[in-house]
Amino acid sequence: MRRVVITGQGTINPLGTNVAETLDGFRNARLGIGALDIPDVDRLSIRIAGQVRGFQPEVHFTRQQLPLYDRFTQFALVAAGEAIAQSGLVFDGELADQAGVVLGTAGGGLVTQDENYRAVYGEGRNRVHPFVVPRLMNNAAASHVSMQHNLRGPSYTVATACASSNHAMGQAFHLVRSGASRVMLTGGAESMLCFGGIKAWEGLRVMSPDACRPFSADRNGMVQGEGAALFVFEDYEHARARGAEILAELAGFAMTSDSCDIVTPSEEGAARAIRGALRDARLPPEAIGYINAHGTGTTLNDRTECAAVRAVFGSHCDDLLMSSTKSMHGHLIGGTGAVELLACIMALRDGVIAPTIGYRRADPDCPLDVVANEARAARIGAALSNAFAFGGLNAVLALKRI
Amino acid sequence: MTQSISEKVIAIIAEQAVLDVSDVTPDRTLDDLGIDSLGMVEAVFAIEEQFDITVPFNANEAGDRDFPLKDVAAVIEAVAQLIAAKAG
Repeated sequence: MRRVVITGQGTINPLGTNVAETLDGFRNARLGIGALDIPDVDRLSIRIAGQVRGFQPEVHFTRQQLPLYDRFTQFALVAAGEAIAQSGLVFDGELADQAGVVLGTAGGGLVTQDENYRAVYGEGRNRVHPFVVPRLMNNAAASHVSMQHNLRGPSYTVATACASSNHAMGQAFHLVRSGASRVMLTGGAESMLCFGGIKAWEGLRVMSPDACRPFSADRNGMVQGEGAALFVFEDYEHARARGAEILAELAGFAMTSDSCDIVTPSEEGAARAIRGALRDARLPPEAIGYINAHGTGTTLNDRTECAAVRAVFGSHCDDLLMSSTKSMHGHLIGGTGAVELLACIMALRDGVIAPTIGYRRADPDCPLDVVANEARAARIGAALSNAFAFGGLNAVLALKRI
Repeated sequence: MTQSISEKVIAIIAEQAVLDVSDVTPDRTLDDLGIDSLGMVEAVFAIEEQFDITVPFNANEAGDRDFPLKDVAAVIEAVAQLIAAKAG
């Protein structure tokens, strides 16, 4: 069993077009959610979202590349470029064959699907662009990251709805820990902010019309976001031998299934995943100083998640900080765990806990310190990142300071 | 003879609860009929389609004590108001 460390991180999300801007957003409790700006927004009842603003694809990609890249692929490539640049790795020779990419996404090329369904059904057009299939496929982002950076080992995409990124990062962790890969690019990307993507969520009646307020008694639902975050997971010995800067250690991972209900979460399934991650990391509950919550801002998730955390941590809850950064960047669905891992790494490296913003009133069902409204300084040795998906699929990562 | 609003709403709720319409009386609560918040989401969708109205329903608020759609009578009343507002 090899130790696995993180040696690079990159992102683009509603809080910023890179890691520095995003961490600045976390520190300053910045709201990345605002009025939704997409075609036909007037036919939606939900009109807010965490959109990536000011992103100009043509600045990053050539005329030849753009027809092949759905928005989620563009996000993944921008984040991958930043992460790899920070790691200092160049993938050639043997290392290229020992490196791959596992990404999470729920909707894949949903913007491409939306635009082309609109063209053929709505506008009655009989012709679509020849690259619709390679644009919309769920593995497009992983494949383009592999091609752009010469990653020639195992590469694939994981789709477990809102836990996609955490499952993907868990897979990458396993590949490096087992020795199957030396280096893995991993994380997730999502771009679901198109008419069909929001209309579908609207139908479920769990979306907030005004704000994402996780754990606040007056919360009224989730808010969608978009973007990507990617990380370089590397064999510790390899990283040390080349003198790489190590951001954190990926110490453990666990996944469980509720085997219960397609949308309603289970406290027991969530608790088992949290316990499993602690066991895998060989950490006692008392070692955890911070949990980045799934914290969607729905009644059901927040209540269930808090009950699961209380069940696992008991009296240690008094010394535990837990926040949901979805309050700032929204729910990036299949990309959300990746963006949230940035907050875990910030907590470990910088001793700054990202807040849960929009918090107004304590909820007796959520009796935890949720770092309300302002970032907080705290020295943390280990952190967890929770993700609990529709379908009852749970994935929890454990990180350690190094 | 066309069904009244209340008959149509009761038929939708009965279908959701997998009960006979005669069991769905106005005084029964949705809880009591075994309709949870997601069952309610489906029933609201069926009501919207049936009457061509938009029901401002958020599943996150369904657990509140002062939730207006608590029993069958309240649902019928709310639907009647929405239909009247649309006609008005």
